[in-house]
Amino acid sequence: MFRIFRPALTLFLAFTVLTGLIYPLIVTGLAQVAFPWRANGSVIAVGGKPVGSTLIGQAFSAPQYFWSRPSATSPYPDNGLASGGSNLGPTNPALLDAVKARIAALRAADPGNTASIPVGLVTASGSGLDPDISLAAAEYQRDRVAHARHLSPQQVQALINREAHEPWLGVFGEPRVNVLALNLALDKLHVAHVD
Amino acid sequence: MTLEFWALLVALLVGLGLAIKPLGLYMAAIAEGRLPRALLRFETRLFRLAGVDSSQEMGWGAYARALLLFNFLGVLAVYALQRLQGWLPLDPQQFGAVGPRSAFNTAISFVTNTNWQGYAGESTMGNLVQMAGLAVQNFLSAATGIAVAFALIRGFARRSTATIGNFWVDVGRITTYVLLPISFVIALVMVSQGVPQTFQPDQTVGLIAPVSYSIPKTDAQGSPLQDAKGAPVMMTSQATTQTLPMGPVASQEAIKELGTNGGGFYNANSAHPYENPNALTNYLEIFTLLLISAALTYTFGRMVGDTRQGWALLAAMALMFVVAAGAEAHFEQQGNPLLTRQHVTQQATALQSGGNMEGKETRFGIAGSAIFTVAATGTSTGAVNSMFDSNMPLGGMVPMVLMQLGEVAPGGVGTGLYGMLMVALMAVFIGGLMIGRTPEYLGKKIESYQMKMVAIGLLISPLLVLLGTAIAAVVPAGLAGLANPGAHGFSEMLYAYTSASNNNGSAFAGLSANTPFYNLTLGLVMWFGRFVSIVAALAIAGSMASKKRLAVSSGTMPTHGALFVSLLIGTVLLIAGLTFLPALALGPIVEHLTLWGAR
Repeated sequence: MFRIFRPALTLFLAFTVLTGLIYPLIVTGLAQVAFPWRANGSVIAVGGKPVGSTLIGQAFSAPQYFWSRPSATSPYPDNGLASGGSNLGPTNPALLDAVKARIAALRAADPGNTASIPVGLVTASGSGLDPDISLAAAEYQRDRVAHARHLSPQQVQALINREAHEPWLGVFGEPRVNVLALNLALDKLHVAHVD
Repeated sequence: MTLEFWALLVALLVGLGLAIKPLGLYMAAIAEGRLPRALLRFETRLFRLAGVDSSQEMGWGAYARALLLFNFLGVLAVYALQRLQGWLPLDPQQFGAVGPRSAFNTAISFVTNTNWQGYAGESTMGNLVQMAGLAVQNFLSAATGIAVAFALIRGFARRSTATIGNFWVDVGRITTYVLLPISFVIALVMVSQGVPQTFQPDQTVGLIAPVSYSIPKTDAQGSPLQDAKGAPVMMTSQATTQTLPMGPVASQEAIKELGTNGGGFYNANSAHPYENPNALTNYLEIFTLLLISAALTYTFGRMVGDTRQGWALLAAMALMFVVAAGAEAHFEQQGNPLLTRQHVTQQATALQSGGNMEGKETRFGIAGSAIFTVAATGTSTGAVNSMFDSNMPLGGMVPMVLMQLGEVAPGGVGTGLYGMLMVALMAVFIGGLMIGRTPEYLGKKIESYQMKMVAIGLLISPLLVLLGTAIAAVVPAGLAGLANPGAHGFSEMLYAYTSASNNNGSAFAGLSANTPFYNLTLGLVMWFGRFVSIVAALAIAGSMASKKRLAVSSGTMPTHGALFVSLLIGTVLLIAGLTFLPALALGPIVEHLTLWGAR
């Protein structure tokens, strides 16, 4: 029986070193050389100051910004250290209450808008860090943002179109736009406009 | 179903179809030890260091003992690494030691290829535990599963021998020649798409617009204040920064899918944009987690000398997979009728995916979420790119049923093949009874000993699921964990034990499972669900290897045609249907009827 321990221990240690240390270290080395920006979190900076990652969503609640998907992270939305969804079931009354509150907030910020609301804007994302909204969700918010920034809806729509990711070949992926990129582009446009 | 769904499904089947034969042949060469001579010389030296004679084979008992010891050692190591985290290096966020019950659960979870996660990765596990503890088990548990499949294939391929291979050699070769090289390539592609791979600590960035939120006000001692009515007093706080969680994610992500493990670096798993940044990585993850299980059917056909036998198993697996994917996408695309009444549009258009988007990510939509879900629960992966707890009732039932079928569509690496082979034995047994002949499979007579082992292997999981759920449903500690009321709460418990016993690892994650009750019961269920069926499979392998192989005669029931494929699927459905229908009726089915019936 004791003879079996030697291979077990030796191989366990050998594979811990090989798969647990050497493998991730080599991948890290190559990744840092080949894709340094990607490998370190795709962080974007404005004026030398990091303002976020293109991949990680941020919460916005002011009318002049596009709002992200609702986020169920705690204690505040889009908390990078607490990813996760609401886990509310489809029949849970708490889900319906949350959706109603989100609808009320969207309507309050944009009283004239009577269009039906795209589902993505009133449902919490799976990660709580969804960086994107659907193009429908962007267009729903277009007039509100334009009004708050004294821009024409066409100007804002042009920005949406510029930042939009259409599905590859029309079918692979989903129509979406990155909220942080869109809002940064808005700020840039706005500064230029005021100047 | 949308065009996006069909496009992704077809692309997936085509991609896998192209990969199955070359990878299947490659794995057959490894299982049969047909390696370049230089490599053989090199590894012989390594094996000698470990006291292993790579030319000496084991009987099934010795094989099982080595396997169990090796895996038990894994549990000890992962447990120790977590408990000692506070004293070990590479813990830049200083998370400190993990609690004993959570560490017990997590250790078993990763060793059994379940990767059920009661903890949240970004706030619990430092880089050393993630890499040297968890990721190592991602490799070794996958290699263990494939080794069992190799042993069982040898049992069918050989005749009148006492041995089924050498466990140390199998695990070593599978890890080094199959899992490592493929993971390496996948990991680099992942990084190129935005999955982090770094040892830097987490980064903090300044928000362009601060976020206001309200939190419960606490007194000086830190306990929450309450007003006269007993409601918590809230105060407003503001977040001006966001912390981006970093780590060696890509290297772990690759083996997480390839080894059908599914344990995420982050709490949100493959829904997290750092684990799965876009539609391409989503495709790659689904492809990778199906790859080995699908290719092993070819390895099987090749090694038993009749590739049609492998294609038949694969056909049964693929049919179940496609039907499940269609059902899942259909139920989720329907959306939630309660939201439709709130003037919310869930229609699929050129501008949005529509459907039930609670718990889903914009970049995957319904198609990318549904196919991922079915792939992760048709295998033992259990990774999630959407939150199943928020699925529509029947959209949550599909992944549950896929696990309850015994995870054979196409199943976890190795486990899927040996699970399907047990079903095949059951199918020829039933078929043999119907036509009044001695059942045989691949020229081997199936006798009462094999059928006993098949029964144990196929029934251990239902037993653990139903027993575990029943206990959880009556004890306060079980009910305390529920996040959702009514039938959905029952589904949460049923899902947890289904997932643990089949070593899947996905969850209806609202369930607060990081409690002593769930950590202990789920830990035990995972251990027995995994190793009872493994030992049964090895016993079958040993007894099959010692049998003669009979020649095909006019009385032999063919096991490669459409008839046998339907018999296989029928057997899978029969076993699971009889066992689980009552439990499913109490959970997702009744919830579905209440939701759509309430007008």
